[in-house]
Amino acid sequence: MSEAGTEFLSILAATLRLATPLVLAALGGLFSERSGVIDIGLEGKMLGSAFAAAAAAAATGSAWMGLLAGVAAAMLLALLHAYAAVSQGGNQVVTGMAINVLVAGLAPVLATAWFHLDGTTPMLPSAARFGALTLPGFASLGVFYRQVISGHNGFVYAAALAVPAAALLLARTRFGLRLRAAGENPQAVETAGVSVSAIRYRALLLTGLLCGLAGAYLSLAAGAGFTRMMTAGRGYLALAALIFGRWRPVPAALACLLFAFADATQARLQGVALPVVGAMPVELVSAIPYVLTLLLLAGFGGAARAPSALGVPYRRDG
Amino acid sequence: MRVGATLLRWAEPLLVPLANIAAALLLSGLVVLAAGADPFAAMAVLLRGSLGDPASLGYTLYYATNFIFTGLAVALPFHAGLFNIGGEGQAYVGGLFASLVCLFLGPVFGWLAVPLAVLAAAAGGALWALGPAWLRVARGSHVVITTIMFNFIASALMTFLIVKVLIAPGQSAPESVPFVESAWMPSLGHLLGPSPLNLSFPLALLLATAVWVFLRRMRAGFELRAVGANPEAARAAGISVARATVLALGLGGALAGLIAVNELMGAQHRLLLEFPAGYGFMGIAVALVGRNHPLGIVLAAIFFGALYQGGTELSFDLPQVTRDLVVVIEGLAILFCGALENLFRRRIATWLGKEART
Repeated sequence: MSEAGTEFLSILAATLRLATPLVLAALGGLFSERSGVIDIGLEGKMLGSAFAAAAAAAATGSAWMGLLAGVAAAMLLALLHAYAAVSQGGNQVVTGMAINVLVAGLAPVLATAWFHLDGTTPMLPSAARFGALTLPGFASLGVFYRQVISGHNGFVYAAALAVPAAALLLARTRFGLRLRAAGENPQAVETAGVSVSAIRYRALLLTGLLCGLAGAYLSLAAGAGFTRMMTAGRGYLALAALIFGRWRPVPAALACLLFAFADATQARLQGVALPVVGAMPVELVSAIPYVLTLLLLAGFGGAARAPSALGVPYRRDG
Repeated sequence: MRVGATLLRWAEPLLVPLANIAAALLLSGLVVLAAGADPFAAMAVLLRGSLGDPASLGYTLYYATNFIFTGLAVALPFHAGLFNIGGEGQAYVGGLFASLVCLFLGPVFGWLAVPLAVLAAAAGGALWALGPAWLRVARGSHVVITTIMFNFIASALMTFLIVKVLIAPGQSAPESVPFVESAWMPSLGHLLGPSPLNLSFPLALLLATAVWVFLRRMRAGFELRAVGANPEAARAAGISVARATVLALGLGGALAGLIAVNELMGAQHRLLLEFPAGYGFMGIAVALVGRNHPLGIVLAAIFFGALYQGGTELSFDLPQVTRDLVVVIEGLAILFCGALENLFRRRIATWLGKEART
């Protein structure tokens, strides 16, 4: 195999790894937003999970305990979000921002207090992390299977399975139907005798679960512990992918793959001399995923139609 | 009855934020407890560190200056129904423009470089806000996401410019050469000091007044608020929503850009990496606590300035608690004043006598 071919396969493999937290978070945001609650707080839920997962794994030495703690933390934050945005009818964008800022402060405060390190958790040994899985080797499936599909972390496969699962849940189940109805026409849902608040709470708990997985992936699988702001805007990128994917599971996941591909490519481009422009400075190349997000939103975002009741708190008497 | 109504009009906007702030501080106290420190000791450090002596007070007002600028930068677009989370990037680009004036025109123009650099800071911030404004008007893109993307892009661009282009020759620290002294913002540090307090503080107070006049007494300000209250009705009344959007975000960006005047021209006297340091995000909390009213923003900015200055003392006196505690209080303030604003309002309104309103 040529060197360029190997390089390309390794970029594809990196794309899948980088897409994993984006896909999980975007699917999380999908449930929240399709039920009518704007979720700018994906970033904070992910960061909270990344911290709780790393802290619990460091304390117990068990990756599974870490995962459990991460998911629990993100779901607690989702409950807080639901209380403010659904029960109290507060401004949903502000609520999400509050969660992001709160976690950005809380995680390093607790990390410093518990582990006496400056805002980080201790480096996790491999026993307290999730390692790569080697899928059964079908030699006949060739180099693409061996290098791109096999050999990832369990989270990568979980994210891949979560896409069809979310699509089925949304399109084919009674809960999915009600969830979509709560985001489009909450009055009709209440008229049918179903509580809009209950649906939105459940939708946000699902968001918490998926953001919990995304955060735990960052600190237990992709990384080996928690560092300050380790989500680095992934929650916002996931939200942009969701909007670009017009609030549908498969297109949103494809948008995440596109962002991840841009990210994987920029990592390879650093220091590489290109034709015409020469070597791109590292500092500028790192902006590629964000510029791409803007271009995609500008090119297609205008045509997107959000769920009708998105951002509108529901009041029974109003 | 009239007395009751007047009381309500004055007491409610004061009591509700106070109750919200008290709740935020109470919960932060629990966080300090969870961190294994004494919450009362932490509060004492915060108070002493921020107001205990003239120099601390000078620092408090110096930080408050940044928060007045970013608080107004969030509040002004908010009146037009736009949530500007891009203060961070707008301040950064404002800093670039101001620094270019100070570095290259400073030696030529003498003191005249100061007003020029102030205008340049505002122009840079406004320019960076016009990108999201254009995307909103022309393409319907969400301002929240575009302003955040512009933050990341500004950060990448500025890192490149500072590390590769504007860095002082023969030096490894990522910062420019110092500005000439004639391009410094005149210091007020000798009045409350020694501290980096400078003429930016009165400038911020002046601009807070100007924002009030603009919103309440000028046609463009009225149009902007009309768009925020009901875009459809405003459009039907012949107001250009596009113009109001560009104006609101442009002015917001200009205000955020002025952080550079306080930070770079007033205190650091050079361009340095990541100088906006979260002030842009803090503006959200300031605007919410100050209820998007210029006077409220000035008071909230002084409160957060005190927290910020007191927070620097925290890590010295209480090793278990880092200054990230200030960010926790900031997050809780956003939560209580913004998201849970109705939690105490109804109770306080009832307590003040709801019938007084009629």
